[in-house]
Amino acid sequence: MIPSEFEYHKATSIQDAIAQLGAHEDSKLLAGGHSLLPMMKLRFAEPPHLIDINGIEELRGIRLEGDTICIGAMTTENELIESEILQQHCPLLVEAARLVADPQVRNRGTIGGDVAHGDPGNDHPAVMLALDATLVLHGPDGERQQSANGFFLGTYWNDLQEQEILVELRVPVIKKGVGHGYSKLKRKTGDYAVAGSPVVIELDGDVCRDIRIALTNVAPMAIRAEAAENILRGKVIDDALIEQAAAEVLAVCDPAEDLRGDVLYKSHMGAEMARRSIRAALQQARG
Amino acid sequence: MEQTAEVQDREDSLKGVGCSRKRKEDARFVQGTGRYTDDFKFPGMLFADMVRSPYAHARIKSINKEKALALPGVHAVLTADDLKPLNLHWMPTLAGDVQAVLADEKVHFQYQEVAVVIADDRYIAADAIELVEVEYEELEVLVDAHRAMDSDAPVLREDLVGKMDGAHSKRVHDNHIFNWQAGDKEATDRVFEQAEVTVKQDMYYPRVHPCPMETCGCVASFDKINEHLTVHITSQAPHVVRTVVSMLSGIPESKIRIISPDIGGGFGNKVGIYPGYVVSIVASIVLGVPVKWVEDRMENISTTAFARDYHMTGEIAADKEGRIKALRVNVLADHGAFDACADPSKFPAGLMHICTGSYDVPVAHLNVDGVYTNKAPGGVAYRCSFRVTEAVYVIERTMDVLAQKLGIDKAELRRRNFVKVEQFPYKTCLGWELDSGDYHTALEKVLNAVDYDALRKEQQEKRAQGELMGIGLCTFTEIVGAGPSRNCDILGVGMFDSAEIRVHPTGSVMARMGTITQGQGHQTTYAQIIASELGISSDEISIEEGDTDTAPYGLGTYGSRSTPVGGAATAVAARKIRAKAQKIAAHLLEVSENDLEWEVDRFKVKGVPGQEKTMKEVAWAAYNNVPEGMEPGLEAVDYYDPPNFTYPFGIYLCVLDIDKRTGETTVRRFYALDDCGTRINPMIIEGQIHGGLTEGFAVAMGQEMPFDEQGNLLGNTLMDYFVPTFVETPHWETDYTVTPSPHHPLGAKGVAESPHVGSIPCFTSAIVDAFAHLDVTHMDMPHSAWRVWQKVHELGLDTPA
Ligand SMILES: Cc1cc2nc3c(=O)[nH]c(=O)nc-3n(C[C@H](O)[C@H](O)[C@H](O)COP(=O)(O)OP(=O)(O)OC[C@H]3O[C@@H](n4cnc5c(N)ncnc54)[C@H](O)[C@@H]3O)c2cc1C
Repeated sequence: MIPSEFEYHKATSIQDAIAQLGAHEDSKLLAGGHSLLPMMKLRFAEPPHLIDINGIEELRGIRLEGDTICIGAMTTENELIESEILQQHCPLLVEAARLVADPQVRNRGTIGGDVAHGDPGNDHPAVMLALDATLVLHGPDGERQQSANGFFLGTYWNDLQEQEILVELRVPVIKKGVGHGYSKLKRKTGDYAVAGSPVVIELDGDVCRDIRIALTNVAPMAIRAEAAENILRGKVIDDALIEQAAAEVLAVCDPAEDLRGDVLYKSHMGAEMARRSIRAALQQARG
Repeated sequence: MEQTAEVQDREDSLKGVGCSRKRKEDARFVQGTGRYTDDFKFPGMLFADMVRSPYAHARIKSINKEKALALPGVHAVLTADDLKPLNLHWMPTLAGDVQAVLADEKVHFQYQEVAVVIADDRYIAADAIELVEVEYEELEVLVDAHRAMDSDAPVLREDLVGKMDGAHSKRVHDNHIFNWQAGDKEATDRVFEQAEVTVKQDMYYPRVHPCPMETCGCVASFDKINEHLTVHITSQAPHVVRTVVSMLSGIPESKIRIISPDIGGGFGNKVGIYPGYVVSIVASIVLGVPVKWVEDRMENISTTAFARDYHMTGEIAADKEGRIKALRVNVLADHGAFDACADPSKFPAGLMHICTGSYDVPVAHLNVDGVYTNKAPGGVAYRCSFRVTEAVYVIERTMDVLAQKLGIDKAELRRRNFVKVEQFPYKTCLGWELDSGDYHTALEKVLNAVDYDALRKEQQEKRAQGELMGIGLCTFTEIVGAGPSRNCDILGVGMFDSAEIRVHPTGSVMARMGTITQGQGHQTTYAQIIASELGISSDEISIEEGDTDTAPYGLGTYGSRSTPVGGAATAVAARKIRAKAQKIAAHLLEVSENDLEWEVDRFKVKGVPGQEKTMKEVAWAAYNNVPEGMEPGLEAVDYYDPPNFTYPFGIYLCVLDIDKRTGETTVRRFYALDDCGTRINPMIIEGQIHGGLTEGFAVAMGQEMPFDEQGNLLGNTLMDYFVPTFVETPHWETDYTVTPSPHHPLGAKGVAESPHVGSIPCFTSAIVDAFAHLDVTHMDMPHSAWRVWQKVHELGLDTPA
């Protein structure tokens, strides 16, 4: 329960943080610390240097730019929940943040840390997939933008390059005819998902123009259930179609067995969460 | 009329028995000024941390301390070899076995203590334990208790090979600890052979952990100059700790001071003596400075006393009307690697033979075999009285199974079998004497309160629609207040308890007890007992416990024994004081003792209004004007050896709904009626019941210590080990009846463990009831969503409509 020795450094700007990452071998960024520090206390992670990015103002805050919401990577879960911009323009993020961990963790844990960490149990990666978010990354060679779809490569493995910092997350505002849904099953407050599923549906009249069904904690990383999406895209969604889609979700699940459940249970829960989220998103999209 | 009101006012101002007085402990707790063991810091204090085994069963080939000793700030690294010359590498357990203090050549369970590092602070100690190099040779692991006595099972306790005389019986296998039986086997078997109806149900009560908020720890401070040892320790039994430490160390008890300061919950976890305590004491004696050892959460869940782990089979023989003719219970008890159960010495399976429950059972037989496995030692009474939880579980589950088989409603089945009010005191066929009870009245009260018939009707409708609704019932009898010294002792010390009360000249009171509060509110409730007995306001009564230098010897607080035993001692000691006070009052009023009558807070001369002396006046006189020949002062001590246990009872009813898609359960209603005899502080009772129900909910719905085949403990953090918060906890409805204990001075029984003992089978009863129409008779705990869903899925109930 006590980490091994490490050096603590405080970064003053994004540039400074990038430089420090380069200067100290095997260093790690410290955001809210609620994934990193527990791993260090168990000595699963023993980084010799921590670079604290909490003091960097430019990494915080939520602003609206036309049809896009820009969220600073260091924005905490509770700031997401309290944001009027998000409440009005992106209910999915607010709903998901409410179901993350417990109030203490939500006071410090950040959306950037949640997305960058690579734990398949984290909620925001799948939410980013469902929202088709864009990630803004800064590295020694400057800025690059990358779609969330394609960013998550495996457990504790993503497309973040050496010395890169996730600076901002960009998501579209919800429009008329669009619906969001989030369902998450957990054993108790403060627990990670047994299974979770964020869903975004865009309707054209009664027809589903587009749909993104993402899944939390039922695969090595956050994934999309594309076969399920294909069943619903271009159709008038009814209960029978939802059942067909749920069967595809079940098939795509590849969870690791642990005390939350075995493969069978977790897969079925992935399907059930998707089923519930599709219904909720559909209802919202219909207005 | 006026006079009665005046008397009533005086009585109310005492805040005595029956008053919902606010807890005196809370002011310091809510302001963060409680003092727990880890809050004690002394100059020069060092910190101990354990090197623990990653394997459940392995031979230690070598231990290399060099690198650890080279780390600046490390003072010592001790192994079994270092303790051997002191003969402290093994220690006796409370159950007549021995336990390795530090692993001696072999490790027997994962996380077993292998070496201890003593360092300047806990941070250096944590680094140093990583530097101790231990080479292991893995051995075959025994996790499944059912395999323990197979001929090809690996032998765990090489130290016991060939010693077939166990502490409690002959051992029939190297992994066998004891066989223990109660009742009449032949007579029971005979009834079963001829019975109209029999039922048999296997059930497993999982290994769980009490998981108190504060983990275990101690600070040992040996004063080399005065040869005096002081230990601040998280102990539910400080006086027993002193005796054991004296026996182990050879230091006279008079030179050992054990202090249990504020304790953040015990629930049985803090009854035993742990290796961490022993090595801190040894290190302090050797190094001459204070040494602190405090567990982290994983160490707590993994190593210091677990509870339960009983594989049970309940069988009932009955007639067609459901009247019980005989009961048979078989238990395979998994006690882990060392038998360190905390039970009265004579009872290796605790009070398991209370398993006849609330029922009039003509004949019964109980058979328990204890076995060793590669798991941590323990087997404590987790918020219960020595295995009564297991006993209640097996009888209540088996009663439900009988009801189901006969098609008799489970409430009606109980009505037909309850011990009747006129049968008390009732001798059970397994040897207990239930002191008092009125089960029928309590049951009807609960059934009416929840409108049981309407619930059953609703359930019919729900079932017709394919929904899963369950109604659980548990009608339990506890056995608490250990106990009469004729059958209860710990290491040979009778299980009495004590109180010492001093009334000061100005009429305020200081009292000390041999028990120790860990959340029960003793400072509040003991004062209320004295207030009512002596007529002095409880606000002027201070209660102290936990310091062996000042408190009278007592066996401590667990098994709901404080009120039945310590509370009785308090009442009796107070009555001794009142008897002396009466003599002094008679002297002051110049009348004979017999001319006086007691009224709330004063002695009055019978028939002479105005001629009276208050207890306060008497207290003053006790120090300056006592009758000729009487010694001055006003104090008394009582060591109370109870004539019997007390037998609180309760009727619990649970209504729940199951989500077929996820297996999640919603407890819609939980109605708990408790009868603990005389109620000393109803508010505290309510709080204890809420806490106990919540812990019962935790055990039934989520708590377990799962092991894989290699003996790795899979869930030893609070991420996995279920400790419910307000979010998960159902709403509790409470109720009561009052059937005083005939033998307790106040008529009081224990209460705080009933809700744990009674609620657990009630939850299982409700979960199983949700599936009862599908011929399901039992489901093992924990009833987590995952496990419930497995049943749903197995029955094909989760296919979409
Ligand atoms: C009890 C508990 C329950 C939890 N339950 C949930 C849950 O239900 N759902 C959920 O989603 N999460 C849960 N979490 C995790 C929590 O949300 C973490 O806060 C989050 O995963 C990480 O964010 P952080 O700001 O704390 O990052 P940190 O822990 O500080 O960092 C995590 C990792 O990300 C890296 N990193 C952080 N910020 C950046 C950045 N801007 N750019 C690049 N790399 C970065 C760090 O170097 C580190 O490797 C739980 C945590 C706890 C302790």
